[in-house]
Amino acid sequence: MGLDKLDHRGQRKWVPSERELERQAVRRRLKLQQIVIATVVTVVVTVGVGLLVVSSPGWDRVRDYFLSWSHARDSFAAIAEGFWINIRIFLIAEPCVLILGALVAITRQTTSPWLAPLRFLATGYTDLFRGVPSILVVVICGIGIPALGLAGVTNSLFWLTTFALVLCYGAYVAEVFRAGILSIHPTQVASAEALALTHTQTMRFVVLPQAVRRVVPPLMNDLVSLQKDTALISAVGVFEALRTAQDYQGYNFNGTPLLVAAAYFLIVAVPLTRLTDWLMRRQIEKEQGR
Amino acid sequence: MTEPMSEPTPALVASPLLEAKGLRKAYRDRVVLDDLDLSVAEHDVVCLIGASGSGKSTLLRCLNLLETIDDGIITFDGREISDPLVDPRSVRREVGMVFQAYNLFPHLSVLDNCTLAQVRVHGVRPDEAADRARTLLARFGLADKADAHPDALSGGQQQRVALVRAMCTRPRLLLLDEITAALDPELVGEVLEIVRAEAEAGTTLVLATHEMSFAREIATKVCFLDGGRVLEQGPPEQLFGDPVEERTRAFLARVRS
Repeated sequence: MGLDKLDHRGQRKWVPSERELERQAVRRRLKLQQIVIATVVTVVVTVGVGLLVVSSPGWDRVRDYFLSWSHARDSFAAIAEGFWINIRIFLIAEPCVLILGALVAITRQTTSPWLAPLRFLATGYTDLFRGVPSILVVVICGIGIPALGLAGVTNSLFWLTTFALVLCYGAYVAEVFRAGILSIHPTQVASAEALALTHTQTMRFVVLPQAVRRVVPPLMNDLVSLQKDTALISAVGVFEALRTAQDYQGYNFNGTPLLVAAAYFLIVAVPLTRLTDWLMRRQIEKEQGR
Repeated sequence: MTEPMSEPTPALVASPLLEAKGLRKAYRDRVVLDDLDLSVAEHDVVCLIGASGSGKSTLLRCLNLLETIDDGIITFDGREISDPLVDPRSVRREVGMVFQAYNLFPHLSVLDNCTLAQVRVHGVRPDEAADRARTLLARFGLADKADAHPDALSGGQQQRVALVRAMCTRPRLLLLDEITAALDPELVGEVLEIVRAEAEAGTTLVLATHEMSFAREIATKVCFLDGGRVLEQGPPEQLFGDPVEERTRAFLARVRS
């Protein structure tokens, strides 16, 4: 079976047999076939949908209203400035959401009787903020808190709305984390406890690392969603990307800036998702020793 | 046999049911199987022995196409199944496998574990599938566990369920991967009892095992794997009684001491 050659150390060196070379050729052909099918299907569907849209009766009006190059160019810089606010809110809110979510999820999994009030608080918090529309929380925080006139509390809409988004998304993320924790097989906890690890250590070193990895995809869902929902702060009048685009739209009677704003959001969301996918795959490959 | 099964044509009866020639499997630079040959005739009970890491599990996984081989040829029932154009499922329909860690589906009851493939893959009517599963479960002392979930059972019970699950679809060949390795000696017996019954009923078996006395008792052929190849093979009396290779002697001396 083609094992007759020796390498420089005098060991038998593997040379693929005729049959294996044939099989590799077949596999390459199958792979090529799949690539061709995938490409053709993609092109046909894309072109088909494109034609359908372009040939629709109202296409000319839609194109003039949403796809005007000159309006896109004119609004580009202003929306970029607004989008920088979205980015900053996202960058601040994201780590806060993850920490808050993890803390709430862990709190709900504690068993100590001393922590009972905290557990009630955590449960009440998730129930409340998952149930209330985010936009209401943003408006209540953005208008209600300054109206209280509390000393030492910021009146900056930027910080107040960021706080509101953290509250909303912390509740979602807490539930995602909790689902991850619950999905870890009880034998893992048993073997950690058998090593005399405390409840906290078991959580910290055995359960959470596995749980977090398992929930990365739904977590990404929530983070991308958070990134989009930074647009909700326009409800209290902050001139972020969406508000800026709407302002331009109202002033010039052209909706192109809305698509420009959408493009900004996409440019951040898509690479972020791809990056996480790639990190996940690398981690899995490392663990399975391939 | 109630379900249709292709009878081997007379010309093929003499040829082995399963044959591997020049098998090679490597993970990156680590060569696990190296020019390995194996032949399994119908009604054979082939025991694979050898140190941990000698390639027993990998070989079994290659045989039912869970792993893609890097070279060599595997034929099953006269057909080359290592051909990339062969649908692996068509092979797995007829080859059962039991894993060392049971691998039962924890979200399904014991009965559902045993009827899933019968109903979904083999098109058996649900009530027939359940009947067959219950009969086999009862035969191996698990009649009262049909509605339990796997995690509620002992290791020996879980492994017996895993065996029943594999046998429910009446495979022509059963691959057993160190199925008693995770069990304490008391439970080993109850699992091996099933394997013994199957072997006596004429099922073709290939099993990786560390139970030398059991291998000696039921095997029609014992293969000693070393360095990714079958270093020595023969009937159990010969291989255990008077091995030719020095490495085989050393291995047997080590496991017996």
